[in-house]
Amino acid sequence: MNDLIEYTLHLADNVLVLGHRNSEWTGHGPILEQDIAISNIALDLVGQARNFYQYAAGMIGNEATEDSLAYLRNPGDFRNCLLVEQGKGDWGKTITRQFFFSAFQFLLFEHMRGSSDSTIAAIAEKSLKEVTYHLRWSSEWVVRLGDGTDESNRRMKIAIGELWDYTPELFIAAPYESACTNKAIAPDVSSLEEAWLERIRSVFAEALLVIPEHGATISGGKIGAHSAQLEFMLGEMQYLQREYPGNQW
Amino acid sequence: MQNEEQIFLEKIDQEIKIEPRDWMPDAYRKTLIRQMSQHAHSEIVGMLPEGAWITRAPTLKRKAILIAKVQDEAGHGLYLYAGTETLNIGREEMIDQLLTGKAKYSSIFNYPTLTWADIGAIGWLVDGAAIMNQVPLCRCSFGPYSRAMIRICKEESFHQRQGFDILLTLSRGSNAQREMAQDAINRWWWPSVMMFGPNDDNSPHSAQSMAWKIKRFSNDELRQKFIDMCADQAKVLELTLPDKKLQWNEKRKHYDFGEINWHEFWNVVNGHGPCNKERMAARISAHENGAWVREAADAHAKKRRAREQQVA
Repeated sequence: MNDLIEYTLHLADNVLVLGHRNSEWTGHGPILEQDIAISNIALDLVGQARNFYQYAAGMIGNEATEDSLAYLRNPGDFRNCLLVEQGKGDWGKTITRQFFFSAFQFLLFEHMRGSSDSTIAAIAEKSLKEVTYHLRWSSEWVVRLGDGTDESNRRMKIAIGELWDYTPELFIAAPYESACTNKAIAPDVSSLEEAWLERIRSVFAEALLVIPEHGATISGGKIGAHSAQLEFMLGEMQYLQREYPGNQW
Repeated sequence: MQNEEQIFLEKIDQEIKIEPRDWMPDAYRKTLIRQMSQHAHSEIVGMLPEGAWITRAPTLKRKAILIAKVQDEAGHGLYLYAGTETLNIGREEMIDQLLTGKAKYSSIFNYPTLTWADIGAIGWLVDGAAIMNQVPLCRCSFGPYSRAMIRICKEESFHQRQGFDILLTLSRGSNAQREMAQDAINRWWWPSVMMFGPNDDNSPHSAQSMAWKIKRFSNDELRQKFIDMCADQAKVLELTLPDKKLQWNEKRKHYDFGEINWHEFWNVVNGHGPCNKERMAARISAHENGAWVREAADAHAKKRRAREQQVA
């Protein structure tokens, strides 16, 4: 597979998987207004995924479609980072993950607008407005929960502890990312880490939260080595397409 | 008092909307609180049977449409709670009434969604029946309810079309898909027909609600309209409605239809449907699991205000 296709699938898989996780909240949110907000973010992310999959399908040809790419690939073919596939957890974990990812995606898309690939650049440009809102919304919730009550602060610390080690993977370029960076298609993710940390620190400071001191790195998702969580998720997501192959829905 | 009541009745008579600050009879207020909060609760509980298929929607397009649709229902619940609050009842109190079983919600949501075709059947039949009930409510005498319904009806007609489109796709698909669609219609038809409530001679509140122009058509009139509409649309779908007595009556210019199973209706209303307990458990769990989030948001807002006052 060529690097641009693999990179496009990576971008698509990230947002499909996170969108799917967020959509698990629809109908079960802690406050009606926030049920609407998290569903809206899920919808934005699924929409971004469709744009990337459609582009990849066009490049792949051979009757590939957005749906064949989302529904008929195996977990090992998925190129999303491990952060997005983790279970939704409680509201604190969902918020923390969204904040980490949106802060990353904001920087990524800001740079990706200047991609030498005009379709990638256009999707980044179009999505940036949404991501700006996701980042603002999740930052506000990090502050609310960090600063709110002892209980909410305690839960946020647990969520950060559970998710932190998955964040370095965002900034370690997979081979297809490096190849696309060399062609000026993709930003160099390692160059985004400093600004990302700066954003996390400043929001955490307001939220009375801190970055864990002894972090480790758990990675592999971007090259297809996933946690068991993804297999369960895809088993559910893909079941109709697998059960009734070739049908129109 | 006599005078205020006369002014109220004159407004009703002249089709002038009653607004929250206007004088209104206690019974009018109570009826509206009951009806509007029940309507809001139905939107919220109604998110559950369809929400269950978001993670299993068979294409990305269907997934996006379904998320948007269920999100619309949350939005409808929100306008309706806000509209009901103008009658001097808080959202917390209403939610408490739902969770303790004091307030009801539409019984239709106590049936399970077993296959993807159920998402089509809910859109076509359940939203179709809801629209029949709701379009006349756009002319309801109470201003906030009427205005909320105008917005809601616009979105509902889109929901109904997407449901019909799902069924049409399945009906034109493989044999298994066609069977799935027919099975869903078989299960959802009668519960949808029951959504219009008891027959007119068994509907004690109807006459007063009609006099107050909260209601514009009787249960049986709306039910007949719904059946006439669906009987024709089922032909386009090339699927059948599970009623052997369903037949066009040239004299009445309406479809005749079979006997409704009122025993089932009351059984589900009284809490013994297939999913009453499951739906309530899901709402209670969302509410309880969200308590720490709501408390944190309140505590943060208070701290923030205190800090701002200190600065000022």
